[in-house]
Amino acid sequence: MSHPAIQVEKISKSFSINRFQGNQYKTLREELLSIPRQIFGRKKASDNKECLMALKDISFEVERGEVLGIIGRNGAGKSTLLKVLSRIIEPTSGRATIYGRVGSLLEVGTGFHRELTGRENIFLNGTILGMRKAEVAAKFDEILAFSGVEQFVDTPVKHYSSGMYMRLAFAVAAHLEPEILVVDEVLAVGDAEFQKRCLGKMGEVAKSGRTVLFVSHNMNGVEQLCTRALLLKKGVMAKHSSDVRSVIKEHLFGSSDQEPTTEWVNSSGEFQNPWFQPTRFVLTDEHGNKAGVPLSSNAEVWIQLEGEVRQLDPALTVGYALYSEEGHLLYWSYQTDLAEDQWPKIEIGRNVLRSQIPKRLLNDGTFRLELICSLHCRQWLLEPGVTAPSVFFSIQGGLSDSPLWMLRRPGILAPNLRWEKT
Amino acid sequence: MTIEPPKTAPDLSSLQIPDGLPRIVIEKRSGWAAFDLKELWAYRDLLWVLVGREIKLRYKQTGMGVAWALLQPLLAGLIFGALVYFARLPSGGLPVMLYVFSGLVPWMFFSGAVQRGGTSLVSNTQLITKIYFPRLLIPLSNTLAALLDWLVTMILLVVLMIYYRQAPGLSLLALPFFVLFLILAATGISLWVSALSVRYRDFVYVIPFVMQIWMYASPIIFPVRLIPAKYLFFYNLNPMVGLIEGFRWSVFGHSSLTFQMFAVSTFTSIFLFVSGAVFFRRVERTFADII
Repeated sequence: MSHPAIQVEKISKSFSINRFQGNQYKTLREELLSIPRQIFGRKKASDNKECLMALKDISFEVERGEVLGIIGRNGAGKSTLLKVLSRIIEPTSGRATIYGRVGSLLEVGTGFHRELTGRENIFLNGTILGMRKAEVAAKFDEILAFSGVEQFVDTPVKHYSSGMYMRLAFAVAAHLEPEILVVDEVLAVGDAEFQKRCLGKMGEVAKSGRTVLFVSHNMNGVEQLCTRALLLKKGVMAKHSSDVRSVIKEHLFGSSDQEPTTEWVNSSGEFQNPWFQPTRFVLTDEHGNKAGVPLSSNAEVWIQLEGEVRQLDPALTVGYALYSEEGHLLYWSYQTDLAEDQWPKIEIGRNVLRSQIPKRLLNDGTFRLELICSLHCRQWLLEPGVTAPSVFFSIQGGLSDSPLWMLRRPGILAPNLRWEKT
Repeated sequence: MTIEPPKTAPDLSSLQIPDGLPRIVIEKRSGWAAFDLKELWAYRDLLWVLVGREIKLRYKQTGMGVAWALLQPLLAGLIFGALVYFARLPSGGLPVMLYVFSGLVPWMFFSGAVQRGGTSLVSNTQLITKIYFPRLLIPLSNTLAALLDWLVTMILLVVLMIYYRQAPGLSLLALPFFVLFLILAATGISLWVSALSVRYRDFVYVIPFVMQIWMYASPIIFPVRLIPAKYLFFYNLNPMVGLIEGFRWSVFGHSSLTFQMFAVSTFTSIFLFVSGAVFFRRVERTFADII
């Protein structure tokens, strides 16, 4: 017997983007000025409008007690889908039926006000999230204990550290008891401890039989928590399956019929910025020729980054992030990792940087590299897991010279380490 | 990190999901929407919490807090009183300060409520794009919060009346009636302005200007009897004329209130409120898209 919690039938959402992009609203002046143009001019009002399809014919069903992970790159429509299901925005067509109360957490601390005290904010946030005042009062002590900011409950939250603020905000949200919980990217903020707590709480919620919809870039979290995953690509549902791992894999590596590529070329002129505009990201052999796949674990493999610099910034860090097939991050590497006198010198114009992947470090398998780049501690230019472009490669064989190590061992890494007798 | 993924679907039989779960259908609505009073009722706590937030913020963010709420009407009263006194404007047989102040009390509530309510949606963008609740609560909580300022000015008026030994008569019983219509008018205009200013941002700048002009077109400084008879009909179309004179009448037992004023202002207040609510309801579903 099925107990549907959410039934989504052919939901679409389009936004009109007028010429003043970024400003959805107009001014009365513009509107008044456009009236004569609409009456006498050749231009029709509709010419100014372009439509952006944020969601196209999305249909799926979620059973009660399931945890659905929604994944996809930035701009794929994940947040739009959550907003439609939370009734914040209205779909352009299609319909969704939801059985039960929905608690949506699209942001930590919605409605929090800096000038108000912790106590006041708990009530404010709780009622905004849909709790009755009496409900908040009944759970007040519990919320406070969970947040761990008891001593500061009567201090305005503007004096809180960001960690305390997040803990308090999440504590309120964690005590919501709707049948359906909608969570967007809550885990992207806060420290590791906080993220761990969020994931733990969501696991609890799921175990108690409530339904959770969960958008995240954290593939480990999705894999651990979700019983079902949905992949969005440019507003279209690319994959939806209870085999969470396969959906994650498709998100990270593309569909299986697509050749993993060891080269990314910025052909569309993306990532415009004066500090480091990437032009090419490629795996090469020792002579700088593009490497083919699969590679031997013993091969000399270089990662080559090319980019245009128009403005020098001493805080520029360029490098790559290496992920396993399951989406586990192995490490980040930057051109600034060693002592300062050993950094490659970045100059105005075209820069080609390269770094070698240690031989016999990685095990057999498929790996993903992301080109990442930031102004250290200031802003991401290419953010890992969010905007960074990827290349892929796979390793097959060449793991060791030992006669006893012929086959693939378990593990992501397979380093050849020296043993000595002392 | 050790989080056990739910390997199998949890046993639903042990779960206390009440029968008859609310069933929400999400689809495009078109045209005029009916009022979901049941939903508004379900969110009544939020209304009061939002009203509380408005009031707390008002008194926390200004350095002088409550003193400011007293000083502002007092200073305005003194300035306008001086104006009436030195310009030798008639004050309807009342002490000048009482005349001016009894006009300022309803006016300051009205203009305060409209200015706060009118900008309320635009200044709460964060809430509108991140969570669902009946949007009506935002302007509503702002106009209701303005009632506290009204109460403060009311206390000042009572103090003045004691000072001038002016006792109210039986007509005081009509006061709640006029206050109610003031609230209806202010809320109605707030709903119109707040909804329109989501789409047309310059409304936010137009409103203070309009309120300034509106004040001079209302009997606060210039009494009704100064208006030439041939313009009186048009003057009386301003709903605030009837509401302010009605307020004066209920406090002092006499004023320039006429039946035309009374009829116009009660009708207009109800019309503003109903039309504002209907318009708001029609456009509220696009707020999150364009704000």
